[in-house]
Amino acid sequence: MPDASNAINPHSMTIIVTKGSLDWAYPPFILGTTAAAMGHDVTMFFTFYGLPLLLKKLDLKVTPLGNAAMKMPMMGGHMVMPNLVAAVPGVDAMASKMMKNMIKKKGVASIEELRELAVEADIRMIGCQMTMDLFEYSKDDMIDGIEIGGAATYIEVAGKSHINLFI
Amino acid sequence: MADKVLDAKGLNCPLPILKAKKALKDVPDGGTLEVLATDPGSVADFQAFARSTGNELVEHSENGGVYRFLLRKPG
Repeated sequence: MPDASNAINPHSMTIIVTKGSLDWAYPPFILGTTAAAMGHDVTMFFTFYGLPLLLKKLDLKVTPLGNAAMKMPMMGGHMVMPNLVAAVPGVDAMASKMMKNMIKKKGVASIEELRELAVEADIRMIGCQMTMDLFEYSKDDMIDGIEIGGAATYIEVAGKSHINLFI
Repeated sequence: MADKVLDAKGLNCPLPILKAKKALKDVPDGGTLEVLATDPGSVADFQAFARSTGNELVEHSENGGVYRFLLRKPG
């Protein structure tokens, strides 16, 4: 029988953050900060390509390569970039710049801003130790206030949380 | 007259909700917060926010593309 300390908190959420591109960084930070604003205890576990979202200096990019659903508004319509064009050096940087301009123009928060709000909202952010070893990062590379942990650290909190997402 | 007014015009999801949550900290218990927003998604979101957090959505209206929400903090 689980004891009281293992009871599920109905106002709690965890997110496993596995992707670190500009587009994929949004869902976890939007949902995490909003859940916190709605009174949930939120834990975010950053692993694999999600881990760099904890780096002090963010330089997020988006790539149209192989992304058939990335339809950018252009001249009144929407355009999907052919893979052959998307593969040209410099196109990723251009697409990232365009996306950041659109984000700013439409009043969408930057990832830096959402991450700052996540810190302010006391969201528990855990960096994956194994990923840090694998990709050769140290805790000094990461923003202050995060924890380092592994799968067991995540499972312990997920087991007590009501909403558990993998993004 | 609300105890505090938050101008969230021009901001997109989830910023109006996040800023409202912050602004509510400065509102006394039982007091009200008026939020102005232009994000059409904020209509559904403020209703959900109110249902989940115990802040009452006293009224909401729209005028010329600006949405106005009046939230009352629990007493």
